[in-house]
Amino acid sequence: MIPVPGITLTGQATIHGAALFAPLSLSLDAGQWTCLLGGSGVGKSTLLRLICGLPTGAEFTGDIRASDGGDVSSRVAYMAQDDLLMPWATVSQNILLGAALRGDPRDHGRLAQILDRVGLTDHAAKKPSALSGGQRQRVALARTLMEDKPVILLDEPFSALDAQTRAAMQDLSAEVLRGKTVLIVTHDPIEAARLGDNIQIMSAEGLMDVTPPTGPIPRPVTSLDVLKTQADLLTRLRKVPT
Amino acid sequence: MSRWIAAVLSTGVALALWQTIVTVADLPRFILPGPILVAETWWSHRWIIAEHTLVTASEVVLGLLIGISLGIVTAIQLASSRAARVVVQPILVFTQALPVFALAPILTLWLGFGLWSKIAMAVLIIYFPVTSAFLDGLMRTPQGYLDLARTMQGHPMRILWHIRIPAALPSLASGVRLAAVYAPIGAIIGEWVGASRGLGYLMLLANGRAKTDLMFAAMLTLGVFSILLHLLVGYLTRNLGKTD
Repeated sequence: MIPVPGITLTGQATIHGAALFAPLSLSLDAGQWTCLLGGSGVGKSTLLRLICGLPTGAEFTGDIRASDGGDVSSRVAYMAQDDLLMPWATVSQNILLGAALRGDPRDHGRLAQILDRVGLTDHAAKKPSALSGGQRQRVALARTLMEDKPVILLDEPFSALDAQTRAAMQDLSAEVLRGKTVLIVTHDPIEAARLGDNIQIMSAEGLMDVTPPTGPIPRPVTSLDVLKTQADLLTRLRKVPT
Repeated sequence: MSRWIAAVLSTGVALALWQTIVTVADLPRFILPGPILVAETWWSHRWIIAEHTLVTASEVVLGLLIGISLGIVTAIQLASSRAARVVVQPILVFTQALPVFALAPILTLWLGFGLWSKIAMAVLIIYFPVTSAFLDGLMRTPQGYLDLARTMQGHPMRILWHIRIPAALPSLASGVRLAAVYAPIGAIIGEWVGASRGLGYLMLLANGRAKTDLMFAAMLTLGVFSILLHLLVGYLTRNLGKTD
């Protein structure tokens, strides 16, 4: 297995001279899930896009480094709220997209393994339009896994799903992404309470570290500790000036 | 199916109205021949009309194939190079500001009275809509796809091939459908300016000899040909925009 680095982002961002977020420092511990929680427009997605090396429209001053000193943006895989499946390509072709775009040989053995892991073997030859929202998001997860990167960045990946599908996707993701360094941006307190080894609330003033519930992720929704953390997070979110 | 019945019905009503006006107003046949006379003339001249239709059809089809190919190649070239866009786009817009009709005599002078001056007219008239529709599609790739491709460290040419071109095919399809409507216009204008064969030539010839019934027969043949071409192109491009 590829050694998994931690990631540290330190700095501030402005849009047309106005501060988007104040100087802050975000650490993603190696092999852990970090949940970044906050209202809309506080710059959560900007932070995630900066780590991906994607254009943001904001001006960032600071630096982003990996704990092993290596390059960051070449070692991340990205998954967004929109599944971003190519409607003209089959499930398999979508999962193999990265290899096609780089001109790498397609690894059909690994594809079969991953399809099996996310429960899509029977759907491999279908087009995305033939799938449900939850299945499509599983294809997106499979495509992320196929990239085999040590750092996974998830931008509100489950927010368009219904509650029971979302919970199932959280379980599946926690299982298949175990051991990777994961940043998940969300505005759902229960998602943060279930999945965060670290939980950070982001606001215009910076980051606030919140103690996560006990136990390994994905934590059960029935756990009293998880529900208490959810309530605590929602209370804090409502106090954050917007 | 009801669409077809409606089309047949409305055509029937229009033809009946046409014949009624001609009969009631007692119009001379060189001013407005009735549909029955036009049909008779069409039947008695069917071989001549067929011969000229074949000429026009080859001009249109060749013009379409060449114009669409050039449009596709240009759009891809422009999409893959910002410098090319900056240099070429103003020229493209300027050539479009020129009325293509004004170029017809020059094209005839350069390329002669044969097929090629008409093909060139058709190409000129469809090149811009195809290029601009396809280029527009290529430049509007959903940002999410491009972000994803970027995090995958995709090669620009491979991103073009695997994402931008497939995502732009519906735009290309609308450009091609537009081209199928324009191409016969280009060929007919070319024939009007100077030709010895083709439906445009036949219409001009019949008009000059006050054979208005033959002119109508040729014109209606052109209309039917254009509709068939439109349907054929619509059928051929139906899968370009489909996603399932």
